Amino acid sequence: MADGRFFSTTKKGEVAEYKNDLHSLDRKSQKNAVKRVIAAMTVGKDVSSLFPGTHNVVNCMQTEDMELKKLVYLYLINYAKTQPDLAIMAVNTFVKDTQDPNPLIRALAVRTMGCIRVDKITEYLCDPLQRCLKDEDPYVRKTAAVCVAKLYDISAEMVEDRGFLDVLRDMVGDANPMVVANAVAALAEIQASSSGPVFVIDGAVLTKLLRALNECSEWGQVFILDALAAYTPADSRDAEGIVERVAARLQHANGAVVLSAIKLILHAAKYIEDAGARAAIHKKLAPPLVTLLGAEPEIQYVALRNIDLIVQSVPGILSHEVKVFFCKYNDPIYVKTEKLEIMIKLADEKNIDQVLLELREYASEVDVDFVRKAVRAVGRCAISLEPAAERCVNVLLDLIQGRVSYVVQEAVVVLRDVFRRYPGRYERVIAPLCECLEALDEPEAKAAMVWIIGEYADRIDNADELLEQFLEGFPEESPGVQLALVTATVKLFLRKPSEKPQALIQLVLSYATQETDSPDLRDRAYIYWRLLSADPDAARDVVLAPRPVIEAAADGVDPALRAELLGELGSLASVLHRPAAAFTSAARLAVRRASQLGAGGVGVSRSTSTAADEAGGTAAGGSAGGSAAATPHVPTPPAPVPDLLGDLLDLGGADADAAAPAPTQAPTTHAAAGAPDVLDLLGGLSVSNGAVFGADAGRAAPGAASHLPVLLAAEAGKGLVIRGGVEREAGGQLAYQLHLENAGAGVPLDGFMIQLNKNGWGLVPQSQTIPVPRLAPGASASARVPLVQNPASATPALTPALQVAIKVSQLGVLYLADAVPLAALLREDGRTSPEAFVGEWQALPDAAEQARTLPLVIHAVPAAQASLEAARLFVMAHKSVPGAEVLYVTGAAGLPSGQRAQLLLELRFVPGQRGVATVFKAQETSLAPAAFDAVAAALS
Amino acid sequence: MDSLGAIYFISGRGDVLIQRTYRDDIDKNIPAAFRTNVINSKSLDSASTAPVRQFIGSSFIHLRAGSVYLLAITRTNSNAMMILQFLSKVVDLIKSYCHGDFNEEVIKANFVLIYELLDEILDFGYPQISEPAVLKSLIFQKGFVLESTKKKREAAAQNATLQVTGAVGWRQDSIKYKKNEVFLDAIETVNMLMSAQGSVLRCDVQGRVVMKCFLSGMPDVKLGLNDKLEDVTFHPCVNLGRFQAEQVVSFVPPDGEFELMKYRCTGEEPWPWPGQGINLPFKAVVLVTEKGRTRLEVSVKLKSSFPSNLFATNVIVLIPMPEQTARANFQLSTGKAKYDPKRGSLVWKIKRFAGDAEQSLSASVEQIATTREKKAWSRPPMGMSFQIPMHSASGVRVQYLKVWEKSSYKVDKWVRKLCKSGDYHTRF
Repeated sequence: MADGRFFSTTKKGEVAEYKNDLHSLDRKSQKNAVKRVIAAMTVGKDVSSLFPGTHNVVNCMQTEDMELKKLVYLYLINYAKTQPDLAIMAVNTFVKDTQDPNPLIRALAVRTMGCIRVDKITEYLCDPLQRCLKDEDPYVRKTAAVCVAKLYDISAEMVEDRGFLDVLRDMVGDANPMVVANAVAALAEIQASSSGPVFVIDGAVLTKLLRALNECSEWGQVFILDALAAYTPADSRDAEGIVERVAARLQHANGAVVLSAIKLILHAAKYIEDAGARAAIHKKLAPPLVTLLGAEPEIQYVALRNIDLIVQSVPGILSHEVKVFFCKYNDPIYVKTEKLEIMIKLADEKNIDQVLLELREYASEVDVDFVRKAVRAVGRCAISLEPAAERCVNVLLDLIQGRVSYVVQEAVVVLRDVFRRYPGRYERVIAPLCECLEALDEPEAKAAMVWIIGEYADRIDNADELLEQFLEGFPEESPGVQLALVTATVKLFLRKPSEKPQALIQLVLSYATQETDSPDLRDRAYIYWRLLSADPDAARDVVLAPRPVIEAAADGVDPALRAELLGELGSLASVLHRPAAAFTSAARLAVRRASQLGAGGVGVSRSTSTAADEAGGTAAGGSAGGSAAATPHVPTPPAPVPDLLGDLLDLGGADADAAAPAPTQAPTTHAAAGAPDVLDLLGGLSVSNGAVFGADAGRAAPGAASHLPVLLAAEAGKGLVIRGGVEREAGGQLAYQLHLENAGAGVPLDGFMIQLNKNGWGLVPQSQTIPVPRLAPGASASARVPLVQNPASATPALTPALQVAIKVSQLGVLYLADAVPLAALLREDGRTSPEAFVGEWQALPDAAEQARTLPLVIHAVPAAQASLEAARLFVMAHKSVPGAEVLYVTGAAGLPSGQRAQLLLELRFVPGQRGVATVFKAQETSLAPAAFDAVAAALS
Repeated sequence: MDSLGAIYFISGRGDVLIQRTYRDDIDKNIPAAFRTNVINSKSLDSASTAPVRQFIGSSFIHLRAGSVYLLAITRTNSNAMMILQFLSKVVDLIKSYCHGDFNEEVIKANFVLIYELLDEILDFGYPQISEPAVLKSLIFQKGFVLESTKKKREAAAQNATLQVTGAVGWRQDSIKYKKNEVFLDAIETVNMLMSAQGSVLRCDVQGRVVMKCFLSGMPDVKLGLNDKLEDVTFHPCVNLGRFQAEQVVSFVPPDGEFELMKYRCTGEEPWPWPGQGINLPFKAVVLVTEKGRTRLEVSVKLKSSFPSNLFATNVIVLIPMPEQTARANFQLSTGKAKYDPKRGSLVWKIKRFAGDAEQSLSASVEQIATTREKKAWSRPPMGMSFQIPMHSASGVRVQYLKVWEKSSYKVDKWVRKLCKSGDYHTRF
């Protein structure tokens, strides 16, 4: 029979009916009556009058039936406070139960007594508790351990007087892991509300806890791991020991165990001196962090908020995992938002194309709020990642041209920040922006647009007409837009002091000084008016001063707070990104106040980043808003006084012409480094891998093919001739250059794809698609496949061998073997200092040394130096010894992990004579043959 | 660090189904605040839907399971991760007591049981024992226990205390079976997102190894797997230290069914080198072209890339269509298709889909002409669901499964594999 029916009684007189049943001697009807009482209690009915004759409760308590006993106890816990007499009547039964032969009943009694916060009961609790703490049964002991914390909450003195704290401390060494875990939880809680040292974790306690950790329940593991985070390792070795012992927890199915283990490991790692060992530990944390995202969305949310903190504190820990944070179509919005936040933080030069492609996709979703965040994310990438700014701006431009109103508005707002970050660089965006003025109806977007028009008034031919459009509705605009309009009109007038701007400024200033009610607006207008009439040159100096460039790294949690939160991973503070003190003490106050007033339900929700973001964004129009929006986690209070001051400070002092950048600068200087972006722009930017790389291929094509070796001849390649090799391009981008010729397949070929097997350098193609058009018989094409290094695709041995597979729709998969030239991996920043060179040379053991005489002729040192350095082999020193010249050369190869392998070389030769005695020395001895090849290639 | 102060079970309408308070000063207005700010909240942005929030001076942490909310309240800086994991565990626990169901009716029908459980699994807000197998030796499932057997069980429960708090807390040593059997199911969920250009943006496999053990005594089980696993998490019964040292999954199993481990594999498609990364079972090429204002042409090519001796079953392809779609005409190489206005999608169902095969759908879709300006259509990705028995997308193989018990009985072992779709999306 289901218990659900107890919920459905609504008829009158039911209370009387319960009473009858409760008085009944029949067990069954008695039990049913208690169930009904509990059900009524659950739905909020007052059933406290139901046990008038207290003997009934005691009668029920004395039952043998555990179920009935537990139900009555539940009733007592709920009503003991309002009916202390009831509780007192029950005391004897409780005390008797704590001596029951059945350990379950002993534990139940002591557990329940601890929950009844009535002084009389508490007095009687101490003796049974003392007994239960020493009980022979671990189940009773673990219950008693928690009960000490309950008692401490009611009366700290009683716990101290009875010496329960010492007993608890002894229990940390109990043979039963669950007793240990509960003792730890109780001690940790008591410590938190006590000023003295209650629970000091020293070496001995540490050993006990680590031992219990392996055996106790998942929750017990969390208690212990959380408690251990308060331990300060004695030295580096101690810390390493902790990490080693705790690392196995990373594989636990329970995410809370995993996250607490990560917290402890990050804490211990701080005390490890060897940076290499620390990096290795951090690397171990990436997979478990990612695994946390496999759970329910609510758990994912907590994990993501914590990952956000971790990636800010340990950059690079998840740098290869950005894809994991791509949003799924059906993720809840709160998960999407957090993923977006982490994507922005993980975006780097290697993955930015992928990230942008993804953000572009989000911008076409239906959820307006999310779309706006995606657009904003593109802007934030542009601001924080200078090398990719061009590409980000192109995406924004593309979005603007989509003409979806809210997308355009959001894009305008972020573009204003981009302009402030890179003044004068992206003016080509202004024209398309001006075409969508009519789409702007939100104050923030309008203010941003007005700011842009004012700032670039001399670049926009019809700036006066555009501003005039906005000015038509001036009286109805929101204060932010009005302020922006006043400033922009003044800027316009100062930049183009002609007739129309003069008329506009008179209109605006007279309205703002005479008709408005807003004191801010009026004050600002007066300041401008006086400035302009007193000294126009001074006005120019003040209003058109160059603005300080906004900072990129300002988004995120303040470093000091972050360090604090990192020690509390998993906690509420780490989820809310607020210090614990901020909400726990406030919470206590609020509850007290609410109970004093006898009222509640006043939702004071203080959401974290988003609210601050909005506040910052709308706080002020014009430039003040600009800087606020770029630092979204610092809420700018929309108070009038700081706002005005902010704007005035903004007006610093310098010459307008000096500050004005050349309008054509951007396209020309960026053509070399960012050719694909310019092509993108021309190609209308239907951003797809194929399109972008296709453009690249076009650039690489002419002449590039001739020097590439044949990797697969026509007969082996079923009619396809493949030439290719790994090369390093200017700027350090690695790419697989390919030249494909349809020499005898007889049919047109298409659908080219490439994949690399795991290899020593961890090279993987950025995209599997080879951007070549369909190849008719006899046709050929060149292509470039950008490569990135990924440690996950690296074999342990650093060998140059590279297995390549090329798939063609018509031919299937073709396999070929290639080798990665070391030269391609040598970094532009491979130079080291002469001291470091000598130091390292001496530090390396003889086993790291290899020598070979290369069949080369060097005629003159300067020429040799130039050709070596062109190959990123840097000459550290040149020495003339009797009968020979010696060059000390270094270079650094980029390892898949992102670290570098520093190579040291000594070249000894007689000018003009064949034979260069080369000595190689490096940690990575396997690189010697490749290094000799690289030297030979550079000098021949 | 304190733990949770109160736990509530709240229905989708906002009614309190169960409440248990563990700490003293918990505000009486919590259910009302939750109703106003979470259940009935109009705003759908991330700040007002997040599962961890603060109202009326308390922190609210909630988990939604079906139509029921589990809400934990705390007033201190508690471990939010632990609380959410615990709430999720509570759902599992109730499901295991109630034949896999968890909804409002089940909670009402079992409220006495749930109160009893809440008394046992939380003490002063600290999670205690939450393993269903263990709890069942302390708290008996309702409605199924005769009075006489109950007496016997209660006597046994007195002895259970040692075992539930001990190192092998998940198993009693007095278990006896006539026939000793082990079933192992490796169930993999493949998630994929492919761009419109055909490159794989994301793919991963979430694997679960579920075991059913009907073994007598205290058996030691060892499971050997090939070294394919990237991230593994284990049931508490697995000796983690041993796995780290020797890569052997060694454990004393709980009785009956349990989830031994979960794992995750990522990686690009491995077409050149089988056995590396993930083998995506299906790839689709989707083309949707708008022909004028009221017509769409849809073409889908679906290719399977698992071995040809296997079959995928219950393949369902969902191609989202714009709102104003009226009807569609199909040409199919196999299966059945229709336009489903409820889901706003073309639904293509294929009962059996052979490995290494290709099927196609083309459809011409008509839309209702509207005078309103058409909203831009966001082209949600095409979704798929399927199941492929005896296939593993990650390439995980069971190399051995050994059972050792001191009486060295004979054990029948059964190993099955199943690959099914998770979020399997193709953009177009």
